[in-house]
Amino acid sequence: MAEENNQSGMTRRDFLKNSGLVVGGVVGGGILGSLLTNSFTDDTSPATDTEGDQTDQTGGDEQLTKARMFFKRQEDFRVLSAAVERIFPDDETGPGAIALAVPFFIDKQLAGEYGFNSREYMEGPFHEGAPTQGPQTGMRRREVFLYGVSRIQDIAQDQFGEAFFDLDGEQQDEILGHFQNAEVDMTGVTADAFFTMLRQATLEGVYADPVYGGNLNMDGWRIKKYPGGQMAFFDVIEADEFVEMEPISLHAHHT
Amino acid sequence: MATELPRKQVAIVGVGWSGGIIASELAKEGYECIGLERGSERKINDFIMQKDELRYAIRYELMQDLSKETLTFRNDQDMLALPMRQMGSFLLGTDLGGAGIHWNGQCPRFYPYDFEIRTQTIDNYGEDRIPDDMPLQDWGISYDDMEEYFAKFDETIGTSGEDNEMTAPRSTEFPTPPMKQTRSMKMFAEAADSLGLHPYISASANLSEAYTNPDGKTINQCMYCSFCERFGCDYQAKSDPLITVIPTALETGNFEVRTHSNVREIAYDGNQTDGVYFTDTRTGEDYFQPADVVILTSYVMNNTRLLLQSGIGDPYDPENETGVIGKNYCYQVMASAQGFFDEQFNLYAGAGALGGQVDDYNADNFDHSDLDFLHGGTIQLTQTGIRPIATNPVPPGTPTWGKEFKEASAHYFYRTLSLGSQGASLPYRYNYLDLDPTYTDSHGDPLLRMTYNFTEQDRNLAAHQSARLTEILEEMGANEVVSNPDIGDYNIMPYQTTHNTGGVIMGSDSETSAVNNYLQMWDCENLFVVGASAFPHNSGYNPTPTVGALSYRAAEGILSYLEDPRPLAE
Ligand SMILES: Cc1cc2nc3c(=O)[nH]c(=O)nc-3n(C[C@H](O)[C@H](O)[C@H](O)COP(=O)(O)OP(=O)(O)OC[C@H]3O[C@@H](n4cnc5c(N)ncnc54)[C@H](O)[C@@H]3O)c2cc1C
Ligand code: SF4
Repeated sequence: MAEENNQSGMTRRDFLKNSGLVVGGVVGGGILGSLLTNSFTDDTSPATDTEGDQTDQTGGDEQLTKARMFFKRQEDFRVLSAAVERIFPDDETGPGAIALAVPFFIDKQLAGEYGFNSREYMEGPFHEGAPTQGPQTGMRRREVFLYGVSRIQDIAQDQFGEAFFDLDGEQQDEILGHFQNAEVDMTGVTADAFFTMLRQATLEGVYADPVYGGNLNMDGWRIKKYPGGQMAFFDVIEADEFVEMEPISLHAHHT
Repeated sequence: MATELPRKQVAIVGVGWSGGIIASELAKEGYECIGLERGSERKINDFIMQKDELRYAIRYELMQDLSKETLTFRNDQDMLALPMRQMGSFLLGTDLGGAGIHWNGQCPRFYPYDFEIRTQTIDNYGEDRIPDDMPLQDWGISYDDMEEYFAKFDETIGTSGEDNEMTAPRSTEFPTPPMKQTRSMKMFAEAADSLGLHPYISASANLSEAYTNPDGKTINQCMYCSFCERFGCDYQAKSDPLITVIPTALETGNFEVRTHSNVREIAYDGNQTDGVYFTDTRTGEDYFQPADVVILTSYVMNNTRLLLQSGIGDPYDPENETGVIGKNYCYQVMASAQGFFDEQFNLYAGAGALGGQVDDYNADNFDHSDLDFLHGGTIQLTQTGIRPIATNPVPPGTPTWGKEFKEASAHYFYRTLSLGSQGASLPYRYNYLDLDPTYTDSHGDPLLRMTYNFTEQDRNLAAHQSARLTEILEEMGANEVVSNPDIGDYNIMPYQTTHNTGGVIMGSDSETSAVNNYLQMWDCENLFVVGASAFPHNSGYNPTPTVGALSYRAAEGILSYLEDPRPLAE
């Protein structure tokens, strides 16, 4: 395409530079395609180098972003952590929710738009509604999570006389099952709705780009052999064999 | 008091595909147009390196902010309609370019049968095949008369595809050849072929090769990057309004876009309009934009809502079956089946409109004499590129969380192929749109109220399609196939499609339709209402090529009206 085909001031060449690729001259769609894909599937490509950096910078246990910005009480956070670990446990398939920093991911999400339901309709009047009408609670997610986590702890105390995080896995599963089956009383939100939210947030923390604080070191993606935010699959799309590749994240694209 | 702005010849409300097409056609002919868009501005480099599933696909970054405006929903008149508080079943577009930015780009044309569905159904099967509560209507124009506009839309967007004997006839070749075929697409084609069906590679607005359209706008070659559905394209390889019709209109110097302009009312003296009232969403200031001709291109929901709000046209009343505004709201009747395989497919790769398709069970391509439904649906194996938060396939009986779930969802991630059918949605007397009596948007205006459920026709169609999907997956060699033949009640939460239709339907009779076949309002000759709102029913296909074709048709009508103001049909 011609360089002038652009209202935004960003040329294809800028784009390629930004993506870590240097291309001379004006490139056409087809050539652009093979350049990009060749570079991205080539082990020595700049993209792969950047990816290497990323592991050094964000991997390991020294992640300074692993701190709470929403949950005030350590106890609540420990309940949350124990619960998400049962939903996505550490095993031979790969790391579990705690190792992937999912509790911190959820904490960060609750501190922001997601926690405030900022882009959802939150005006009254509130009615329970039919299941086909979708969530109708007036409670925001940050309230639901605090409340739900405290109910998990209540049930643990009632049923087993111990903190949820001190129970063994089977006991924890039994309690989570009560929530999933809506067998726990809650006001303003149902226990199964809370459980659905918790499960979904866990999967988001496992598989969202590491920029959000979960999926530590892209190890969530590795469980599924997911290649992350690759720029192009032009060369792979027709392949008959399964092609595995090292994942790449926004960090590599944006720094 | 609203501040009055300088008069324009044409005011266009909403700037997506429909608004963009109208703007480009009118501006090229020298008419002064203003596009009022409630959302913000967008630039193509907003989409560069945004490969972020959570932000775009899960949190709906590019879509309507429901805290400001949503709609209410109930399945039937006995239920209390409640707000759609979170997005789910469909994803409403906003901002410059509308939903055309984050669409998939699947580009089928509706059938000749669709445009004359009532006549042809009666001819083929007799009048008693149409249930009493089904206001099935002809569109007031034939496919033959629409064909040139379909061709025009294809030329603008550069559609990639190949001919097939089961699809609508074309007067021109596809502008670009079909997309590449993946292994799963080949398996689908082979299986369909051995079942005696007629597979083809889906028509796509993700382009197989670079293409320059007649307006001189270039669309690049698709990289199969998979961040397509719900995303803007990194490469300008998915045709969207922002790389085609909007710059075409702007470059004439005759088109001005004003973003953050939420139109709330259309001026109406009982006969004609003189412009629109809008609020600047940044300042809260109210404006009046006078115009000789007003075009509504604000999608099904707001096309309908703005007319009801402004008292233009008779609101539809399902009890007496009178009135037209809000009538024949239709959707899409989806069916799906999943097959579990031993081998792993490269499913992380894909494009929004990449897929194989068969239409042997669509429209009236098959005999309905002994069937308990009309019309049909397309069947597709798409490879749009799976992403890990949303895609967690597990065989039936697997728990939904815990160790077993974790293992199975990782194991089957690349070993599951899904087939889908997009079934036609035929009108039902009690499926309609009106204004909600209770809930309002952030300006205090009433929300639109949707009353909608699946009908017996829909359930029978879905069950039929689901059986066909299962046959194909078995033929493809799946170890196990899971389908859901019973679609139950319509639920506003799980994503189905953003193929909402109706509310301001077209036709040849002002008693039963709101606009004529140029999409000119019967009750207000200088007001045109453009979009899928004009569909009297929805076909077994994605809607946008038909929306595009109708937009070109409307543009021709508007130009003729501007030359010589008059009703364009009697
Ligand atoms: C995820 C997704 C995938 C899709 N995939 C396909 C596909 O593969 N094939 C296909 O055919 N179709 C697809 N569609 C549907 C397709 O996107 C729409 O048919 C098409 O974009 C509609 O164009 P439009 O211009 O009529 O409406 P829109 O694109 O919705 O544009 C309407 C514009 O009006 C503005 N507006 C609304 N109300 C007001 C107001 N009061 N004042 C001012 N402005 C207002 C909105 O902000 C918006 O910009 C898909 C949709 C989605 C969401
Ligand atoms: S799949 Fe193709 S058209 Fe879609 S976003 Fe990626 S490059 Fe663009």
